[in-house]
Amino acid sequence: MKETIESLRFRITKRFGTKTVLKDFGLEVRGRQFITFLGPSGCGKSTALNIIAGLIPASDGEIYIDGERIDHLPPEKRGFGMVFQNYALFPHMTAYGNIAFGLQLQRRPAAEIRERVQQMLDLVQLPGFEDRYPGQLSGGQQQRIAIARALVLHPRLLLLDEPLSNLDAKLRIEMRAEIKRIHTNLGLTSIYVTHDQVEALSLSDWVVVMRDGILMQAGTPQEIHDQPVNVFVADFMGFRNFFPVQVAAVGSDGTVEGTGNGMRIHGRTRHALPAGAAAVAAIRPDDVMVGEAASGSNVFRGKADIVEYLGREHEVILTLESGARLWVHTEARLTPGELVPVVFPPEKVIFLPTEGPGGTA
Amino acid sequence: MRPRRAGEPSELDLMAMACLAPSLLYVLVMFVYPFLYGIYLSLRPLKVEGFSLANYFAFFSDEYQYKTVGITFRLAVPNTVVVVACSLFFAYNMRRGIWLERTVTTILVLPISLGVILLSQGILGFYGGKGWFNQMLLGLGLLEESLVLTHNFTGVMLSLFMQQFPFCFLMLLGYISGIDPSIENSARTLGANPWTVFRRVMLPLIAPGLAIAFALVFVMSFATFPSAILLGQPTGATRTIAIAAYAQAFEMYDMPYASAIAVIMGLFQLAGLLVIILLRRRIVMAATMGVGKR
Repeated sequence: MKETIESLRFRITKRFGTKTVLKDFGLEVRGRQFITFLGPSGCGKSTALNIIAGLIPASDGEIYIDGERIDHLPPEKRGFGMVFQNYALFPHMTAYGNIAFGLQLQRRPAAEIRERVQQMLDLVQLPGFEDRYPGQLSGGQQQRIAIARALVLHPRLLLLDEPLSNLDAKLRIEMRAEIKRIHTNLGLTSIYVTHDQVEALSLSDWVVVMRDGILMQAGTPQEIHDQPVNVFVADFMGFRNFFPVQVAAVGSDGTVEGTGNGMRIHGRTRHALPAGAAAVAAIRPDDVMVGEAASGSNVFRGKADIVEYLGREHEVILTLESGARLWVHTEARLTPGELVPVVFPPEKVIFLPTEGPGGTA
Repeated sequence: MRPRRAGEPSELDLMAMACLAPSLLYVLVMFVYPFLYGIYLSLRPLKVEGFSLANYFAFFSDEYQYKTVGITFRLAVPNTVVVVACSLFFAYNMRRGIWLERTVTTILVLPISLGVILLSQGILGFYGGKGWFNQMLLGLGLLEESLVLTHNFTGVMLSLFMQQFPFCFLMLLGYISGIDPSIENSARTLGANPWTVFRRVMLPLIAPGLAIAFALVFVMSFATFPSAILLGQPTGATRTIAIAAYAQAFEMYDMPYASAIAVIMGLFQLAGLLVIILLRRRIVMAATMGVGKR
């Protein structure tokens, strides 16, 4: 594969009428990485991708690739590849015609086109499918052809707009691995848009979490997963239990103690939370321990309301003595109505500020 | 369902036939019978005993009659091309919506609701010798004398265009705006400029709709009758084949000859449709082959 980019830097604002869908959304990243825009629907992630592709004009801002400003270029001059959610294959062309399209526009010699199309069909593991029309291919096969069509031009940047969301669950996992394999083997720079945090975490080198057109947090999957910077990101990353508290004491090593609703919770924080400040204590359902020896701090009692069998474990919704609801994943077999002690291991509890655009879930 | 033996009609088939019967009856009574009766009538000339092709020979040996075919083609073909080309241009450029779209569409579509007579009356008034159009150009000093735009070929073209453009435009707009925008977006990211997108991607996808538009506008133009009378010279330059048939039927009271002319008109329309179907195939093939053939 030819050159990919070394760096990408942009800062864009997009308004549709009076509605601002991207507010000064900016990023600076190295090339040769798998970058993901992650957020719920309507957060502007697809709009941002389309602006980078040149398919939608930005209201304001600039985009630099390797220090060269490219936002004035039409999409056909940017040299990016794009893969769409609904595949967007040309229905009147065969798989071969679809993949060869870009090469034909570049007026490449016929022999070269044939060779490169074959290479791509091998790469996406669909050799022998040249003469099929898109209507004769399954969703997964169509998406493979769409990926081949984008990659055959050796794009310096590959843009993927929720490419897996129209596929069924099993195929989605298969194709996810496929995309990762192709990205790594070819040493590409890719930007991937998704609302699925599992996809984002498993594929990415760099995750960008967005909400309402604003960048919430950008970092490695581990950082996003373990150290969400606000309640919104924490909620997106699977912190299901949130307890509004007032900070009672702050330790020099990042430990915090908060009280609220009759609960005294110990945890840690990476934020400067002064004593007396409002905050939220958060813990994942998987990190709550059920029925352990009830001693020490962070021990509460709750009544199991709903018990759902998930296969390896149960999801239990408890009502704590404070009246708060608590989601727990446990292997323990609880019966509804049972009163059990629960423990929040202090190292698993994070304290987050309630201010700012990500202050609520 | 139990297995069905060969030759035995299934319950589903019977049900389908029963549901189909009313519309089949309607088509038979309202279309097939009159059509076949017209053909039968055309083969029974007034002056000859029994069956004869005399009416057809009469039509093609009388210059006053057979030149109506040429006149009709000279009206219908340019009009069809202009109407479909204009509709395609506007519909293609409006496919992603435009500013004040509803207002613009309403204005474009208004002529459809007025009817041919009122429209023709309006054209006579506006484009006539003493009409506003000429008065304005004379007043601005752009003209020395009035342009003759009515009671001739131009008048009929104007009228046909105004009747058929809105209809054709709306049909193509519906067709084109139904094409997934991501298809053209993907073509752009693959290096195609807007013109190439139109030629290689959109045109083949629009081709079926375009063929239907061509067919309908052509058939309507070919059968033009009121416009040719009201805005043309029904005895001379715009004596279309429909006028010839009308004259035989209701001026000469020769129904068999009129039927023969109607059948001839139908055959020419059919020939036009065949040409359109063949051209449509070519559009699709040309775009799919493109450069760098396999």
